[in-house]
Amino acid sequence: MRRETIHAWLLLLPALVLLVAFTHWPAIATLIDSLYATPHGSRVAPFVGIDNYTDLLDDPVFWQALRNNAWYAVATIPVSIVIAFLMALAVNEALPGRSLLRMAYFLPTMLPMIAVANIWLFFYTPDYGLFDRIMALFGGGRHNWLGDPTTALPAMIAVAVWKEAGFFMIFYLAALQTMPTDLREAAALEGSSRWNYLRRVTLPLLMPTTLFVLVNAVINAFRVIDHIVVMTRGGPDNATTLLLYYIYEVGFRFWDTAAAATATVVLLTIMALAAAFQFGVLGRRVHYR
Amino acid sequence: MMVALYRPIGRNLETVGAWLLGLLWMLPLLYAVWTAFHPAIYATHFDPAAPLTFANFKAAWQAAPFTRYLINTVMLVTLILTAQFVLCTLAAFAFARLTFPGRDLLFAVVLLQLMVMPDVLLVENYRTLVQLHLADTILAIALPYLGSAFGIFLLRQTFLTIPQPLDDAARLEGCGLLARLWRVYVPLAKPTYIAYGLVSVSYHWNNFLWPLIITNSVTTRPLTVGLAVFATTDQGIDWSIVTAATLMTSAPLLIAFLLFQRQFVQSFMRAGIR
Amino acid sequence: MIHRRSLLAVSAAMLAAPAILRAQTVEKLTFYYPIAVGGPLQAIMDDYCKAFQQETGIAVEPVYAGDYSQTLIKALAAIRAGTGPQFAVLLAAEMHSLQDQDILVSLDEIGLDADGKKWLGSFYPAFMANSHADGKTWSVPFQRSTAIFYYNKAAFQEVGLDAEKFPTTWAALATTAEKLTKRDASGRVTRWGIKMAGDLGNAQWTFGALANQAEQKLMNEAGTEVYFNQPKTIDAMSFWQSLSAEHHATPDGVSNWPQLSPDFLEGNTAIIQHTTGNLTNVRDKAQFPFGVAGLAGKNSPHTVVGGGNMYFCKNASPAERQASLRFARWVSQPERAADWSMRTGYIATSPAAYETQTLKDFVTKFPAANVARTFLPVATGELSVHENQRVYKVLTDNIQACLNGSKPPARAMADAQGDADRILKPYKRT
Repeated sequence: MRRETIHAWLLLLPALVLLVAFTHWPAIATLIDSLYATPHGSRVAPFVGIDNYTDLLDDPVFWQALRNNAWYAVATIPVSIVIAFLMALAVNEALPGRSLLRMAYFLPTMLPMIAVANIWLFFYTPDYGLFDRIMALFGGGRHNWLGDPTTALPAMIAVAVWKEAGFFMIFYLAALQTMPTDLREAAALEGSSRWNYLRRVTLPLLMPTTLFVLVNAVINAFRVIDHIVVMTRGGPDNATTLLLYYIYEVGFRFWDTAAAATATVVLLTIMALAAAFQFGVLGRRVHYR
Repeated sequence: MMVALYRPIGRNLETVGAWLLGLLWMLPLLYAVWTAFHPAIYATHFDPAAPLTFANFKAAWQAAPFTRYLINTVMLVTLILTAQFVLCTLAAFAFARLTFPGRDLLFAVVLLQLMVMPDVLLVENYRTLVQLHLADTILAIALPYLGSAFGIFLLRQTFLTIPQPLDDAARLEGCGLLARLWRVYVPLAKPTYIAYGLVSVSYHWNNFLWPLIITNSVTTRPLTVGLAVFATTDQGIDWSIVTAATLMTSAPLLIAFLLFQRQFVQSFMRAGIR
Repeated sequence: MIHRRSLLAVSAAMLAAPAILRAQTVEKLTFYYPIAVGGPLQAIMDDYCKAFQQETGIAVEPVYAGDYSQTLIKALAAIRAGTGPQFAVLLAAEMHSLQDQDILVSLDEIGLDADGKKWLGSFYPAFMANSHADGKTWSVPFQRSTAIFYYNKAAFQEVGLDAEKFPTTWAALATTAEKLTKRDASGRVTRWGIKMAGDLGNAQWTFGALANQAEQKLMNEAGTEVYFNQPKTIDAMSFWQSLSAEHHATPDGVSNWPQLSPDFLEGNTAIIQHTTGNLTNVRDKAQFPFGVAGLAGKNSPHTVVGGGNMYFCKNASPAERQASLRFARWVSQPERAADWSMRTGYIATSPAAYETQTLKDFVTKFPAANVARTFLPVATGELSVHENQRVYKVLTDNIQACLNGSKPPARAMADAQGDADRILKPYKRT
């Protein structure tokens, strides 16, 4: 037994060391850093306790970032999941041109966000950008999609959904293809409508996949800010500032490392709570075969 | 199965709908292809008679050291993949087949990384790498990702499904721990390796924020950062050159995807199956 | 296992080698610079460095790091990581913030002989405006610009305006822009009169010009006070807002800098307020006759300077500092400054450059290149204070709120002042 323990630790050590060094340790270090002020030059940083947290709560931009991220998550997560599910259903059928369609849906996942952000920038250009042009054909007016605080965040949401839906589709597709065909035949024999079959059989059986996709969607809603960096830089007037972007700006543009650490702690807490909720509450309701 | 002689209207509408969605989804790429291959004036005018040109690609290529960026990216991705394979295999094997006190707790701790990705811990990881004097190196980009909880998780699941008799047979033949791993487990887990490999490659090829922060020079910058640095000028965006650069930097992954579409899709599917 | 570990170690060493090598070589300098305008500038800079090496034997590696904002982030990141450049071209306006980071060394400390002092005096005074603090000089001009107007001469003629006479007062500018705004039958605008940038990183430049036009400076030289809620500043903000709210000559909301030049070339707007550094680009791409004019003013023209200066880093060794200074002097020689100016559109940094034959000929052939320079006497420095980026952000946020209609000018400026005061409080010494 003892030898096995030693062997196990030897095998685990390399991966574990790196994991702890770049995930667990930084998380704790961030927490500790948030209790000290930002060091300036070569001066040692003084301990300030929860001052950084009160400062953070006083910062209206932080609250804006929280609000924005909440709306962003609430919009991207369900929309991308639903679209992904519909895509999987479509591609699972014997539609003409199915594999071309599958490629079209999955393509955005293959492209770096940074690459497509510039293209979307053109789409959103006022007056002669693609969307404005198309809307002009239908008599629509001019839209400053990215410059208007009311449309900027929805515009970013659209880009995120476009990027992610295809990725989630694959997981749904996998699950659909492993569903036993006799279920569908049985349902057809009983005269059950397609909608009924979808609702009563497919969806519940797909719950594990939905949970998996949900976890990924939640993580991405907080993790992916590439498009913000390129397209709006958090503007206009902080309308598209998400929490991680706020951290990036405060930490690497203003070099206020203590404030960045404090905000990171908040972000980590949110993600931990989300994880607890998903696995604890939702996980219990999932039907496993 | 009886095949209907005509497809009901509902079905046809669905097909049309699916196709429209597909077209919508392809729109950015279609636009990029249009703009990159036509002169700058046609970037905003969609004239079917417009002449084709390669000038944009030439200009983009000369404007930034994309070859170097490509080399950096390939080195980065290779380094990450190799290290991840090795490290995650060892760890997954320990979790799957060895018993030791605290195993399940340790596995849970490892899984924490699934929710708390290194991307979120930018500031602290940056500081760590500075202290290690590794800032602005390709290794620095790779390090936070080498211990991959996702990889460990996937491989552990796969190893768990490998029949014990095979393992026992190897043990009876006198194989040690590592030999068993190498002879029995690794070959049987090949599909999982391919799946994980493709997921990892596409993730790291397209990763942006962390490489942006940790790299400063041309010799370490991957394609994504190079593209971002290239596209921002005081003059404003030159759509034709930017899309040409975009296509160039996405091309390797895109072409690989188009050629190996089936494998790509299947491996992503496999990566999601528990 | 042993194989893998040593392999990992060897790869780590191989990959870290360049960084280690850089730190040990003395006669090789690294120099970060932004490219803020298009064109083969990287190639030009590479050529300069090669020529410098041939003349002096000192190797300089130019590292292109993005635009001003990215170069600042990258340079600071590199310096803090200990792998930093010995000198860098950064926004002239960042001086106070850079001093706060304690990474700069003044030219006085590096050592200026009589020749050196004369060299400092040879630059345009307007470009040295952002270089002084504590009685010392911290940077020298390299790629400097002023804000100017580019205007579509064909559009002027179309609406019956004299294409050779550009308005010089706010009132005239507003009416001109109104006239130039073209609408189609349904009332939709097909061409705007004027566009100015209001996005982060550029709004403060646009606004700095406007404030100067109302004859109000935005900050004090020490960089510890800002004057956002002075009546004249509010005046400037009101004028900016009136262009869309009253005159409908510019779109509501915020226009982004990257969009301005393409919009102008597209015929989407007749006038843009932009940098002289864009001149070569516009000249190459414009499909219509265009003109270049100085900015207007409430009563008379005023403008703002911008662009990048060369800063010298504290963490360079004395030999490296000397070498960097030498490069700075070499690259700012009249002939070379003239060359850089001609190929980019930036203003050459010294009057002597404009006395060289090459630049004289160039200007004769292309008079537009001379316009920006004539406005230097009425130009003020870009907004430059401590915690510069933070103050830029609060100012920009409020400008954007005003342009979007959610705050009236007076309140926007009051809020900006309040936020900025809070940020600058630690730096005020009574």
